[in-house]
Amino acid sequence: MNTSPPIGATTLDQLSLGATGRVLALGNQGAERRRLFDLGITPGTLIQSEVRSPLGDPVAYRVRNTLIALRREQSQMIMITLDLEETIV
Amino acid sequence: MSDELVTPQASSLPHAACNTCPAYTNAQLRKLGLDVSGWDYTVALAGNPNTGKSTVFNALTGLRQHTGNWAGKTVTRAEGGFRFQGKRYKLVDLPGTYSLLSTSADEEVARDFLLFGQPHVTVIVADATRLERNLNLVLQILAITDSVVVAVNLIDEARRHGIMIDERGLARDLGVPVVPIVARRGEGLPELLSTIAQVASGAIRPRPRHVPLRDAALERAVKQLVAQIEAVFPNLPQAYWVALRLLDGDASIAQAVREGTIGDLTRGQAVAPIALEAA
Amino acid sequence: MTPAPQEQLLNAAAALRRDLGPDLHDRVSEAIYTEATQIANRTISTDSRQAAFRLDRTVDQLVTSRLWGFPLMLLLLMAVFWATIAGANVPSRMLADLLLGTVYNALHAGAAAIGTPVWLSGLLIDGVYLATAWVVSVMLPPMAIFFPLFTLLEDLGYLPRVAFNLDRLFKGAGAHGKQSLSMMMGWGCNAAGVVATRIIDSPRERLIAIITNNFSICNGRWPTLILMGTLFIGATAPPALASFVAAASVVTVAVIGIFTTLLVSALLSRTVLTGEASTFSLELPPYRPPQVLRTLYTSLIGRTLIVLWRAITMAAPAGAVIWLSSNIMIGDASIAAHLVNALNPFGWWLGLNGVILLAYLVAIPANEIIIPTILMLTLTLNRSQLAQAGVMLELDNNLVYQTLTQFGGWTMLTAVNLMLFSLLHNPCGTTILTIWNETKSAKWTAVSTLLPLLLGIIVTFVTAAVARLVGWV
Repeated sequence: MNTSPPIGATTLDQLSLGATGRVLALGNQGAERRRLFDLGITPGTLIQSEVRSPLGDPVAYRVRNTLIALRREQSQMIMITLDLEETIV
Repeated sequence: MSDELVTPQASSLPHAACNTCPAYTNAQLRKLGLDVSGWDYTVALAGNPNTGKSTVFNALTGLRQHTGNWAGKTVTRAEGGFRFQGKRYKLVDLPGTYSLLSTSADEEVARDFLLFGQPHVTVIVADATRLERNLNLVLQILAITDSVVVAVNLIDEARRHGIMIDERGLARDLGVPVVPIVARRGEGLPELLSTIAQVASGAIRPRPRHVPLRDAALERAVKQLVAQIEAVFPNLPQAYWVALRLLDGDASIAQAVREGTIGDLTRGQAVAPIALEAA
Repeated sequence: MTPAPQEQLLNAAAALRRDLGPDLHDRVSEAIYTEATQIANRTISTDSRQAAFRLDRTVDQLVTSRLWGFPLMLLLLMAVFWATIAGANVPSRMLADLLLGTVYNALHAGAAAIGTPVWLSGLLIDGVYLATAWVVSVMLPPMAIFFPLFTLLEDLGYLPRVAFNLDRLFKGAGAHGKQSLSMMMGWGCNAAGVVATRIIDSPRERLIAIITNNFSICNGRWPTLILMGTLFIGATAPPALASFVAAASVVTVAVIGIFTTLLVSALLSRTVLTGEASTFSLELPPYRPPQVLRTLYTSLIGRTLIVLWRAITMAAPAGAVIWLSSNIMIGDASIAAHLVNALNPFGWWLGLNGVILLAYLVAIPANEIIIPTILMLTLTLNRSQLAQAGVMLELDNNLVYQTLTQFGGWTMLTAVNLMLFSLLHNPCGTTILTIWNETKSAKWTAVSTLLPLLLGIIVTFVTAAVARLVGWV
């Protein structure tokens, strides 16, 4: 990311289990970036950290009512803002 | 466009009993299994992974493709046939795909067939419980073909999860027929069949919604390029899509254009063998 | 010279692309998703209670939890095999009584009545019929229980959760996260598992997945493990625990297979197939209540019977070959006896024997016929002793055990090493052909074929040496 993150922004891997954020931008590149877009992880999307695998990584996130597992290297590249009011069930 | 035109059976599964009625099972639908000779129409089954495409395929053809509940279970396309109201249909079950815009090897089979195989009807099986994400693929397919029927599957599961879908409104928004189904119980399949038949015969002419790209510069660029593509390849079925891919810098499409083989993708076959030496 | 129209077109595209900037895919995707969201908002209404969603989430939290994730996986596997072993026992015996007793005797009586020459009735009844009958009675009951149970787990949506749980390990091994899915496909059939590796995009990781797929125990090999586990290992436990212990031994071999997969993947990715690990974005689908009856029906028809049919078509000619080789004499012994004697010394080093090695040669086309081949060879080679002992053909498990230990000279080491060798040896003919079709590479087909065999030889050799050193046998 070239631009400095807005205040209150963090990366997806920092999202604690059960918390919800809103995607700001994706730092992932190439085929992986495209796949994430295709899966519906686009800027502005609500994303909730739902379950963590037994060994800590990957973590599955709820996006547009689907559950997508991402490894830490991927979630580290996704900028989010914490969304305190909104929750997706 | 009237509702009747696009949603012949839009109300929620009114004819589940047709499943067992003799007209449906005996006179109208004949499951032809693997016999796909001499068909009148080709019907492609597309959709996100894991939406029940194979279940629909099995129900219509009488075949028994195993269906597993995970993405990537079907990696090759399966073909089968059925006869309905005197016409023979070849049904092609494509691997699940999330998008036509960026593909992995297993998704290429689906993409190439949808783009260049020119099926008479494309049935998109969508999962009612994950409809928003499924609509991404639906809208992409609507951009490249008019003859689409959307089968919203798993509406029983959706209901269990408290999700209600306004199929009539969905059909109006998409501009194509929408048929609610519960494929594994056979509900909605008679309606799906008759809708497929009507789209195939031209009795229903869907007018699919084309997503505005919301970007004037992009719209202009696509338009300009489509004109040039059509000048060079007059019979290419998917100039719009090829233009988008070229603007996106797709090297394999550029190569196909350079060699003039872009039209040959028509017979887009199964996955190519993997490169022998790893990168 | 004017460039070709194609080049002009590409140049125009490149110019437009420069003007548009690099993020076209992002913009198109966002435009489509914006539309999708709007349509979804208009047409989907959600009841806020959503009890079922919470149930899904609760189940997921349990099956992926730090504490319970792995134990639950093992427990489920155990339950599947326990049900298979405990449930198959009685029908297996009934089938054996029928096919190897009643029908077999009736066939011989009938053949004698119409004056069939002895060599012909031997070839057809003691060769072809016996081999196929054994395949049916050994394989049908466990497969008829195992496949539906496994298919139920699959339809439920549990397999992606297993992939999710194991991903960290596969990542550590430098393999693709989806490799655990092709691995699990291999538990049905390795050829299917090899085809399933198409879901892996990177050629490097796909090759790793292809080469290691053989470490997934397949249809053809489960019966060998189940029989050995039942006869030799389960039998050491008190009767009440026997099928539990037998199931545990089968699961242990399957888990050794998983670790071998990880180990070999790690070795390959650090030596000949080095490269970046791909990312992992796997969708975990919602749990779906499986359709129990349809699953029973399709997995019985679609899997059990297809697998059984394949086994039968392989077993029939194999039965003829075995009978002929056991009855055609060269000098003072049959062809089979010569071969077994020649293989015996090498077999001894591996803690196995010549009969087992010969069976593995005969069974290259299909592993399903290992057990029948071993039994037929052991029986025919010891025919004279058997006749004296008055052993009848309708072998139930006790008699199989007796035959193998008394006449075949089997010990616990033989059984354990047969289980290990069943896990670690060359893929079957169909799988080798599939690997060739998928890779079109003689080199990688050879590696996929010989690497597991080499591993099997090393592992059984070491096990046998250690067992003998500590005086275990």
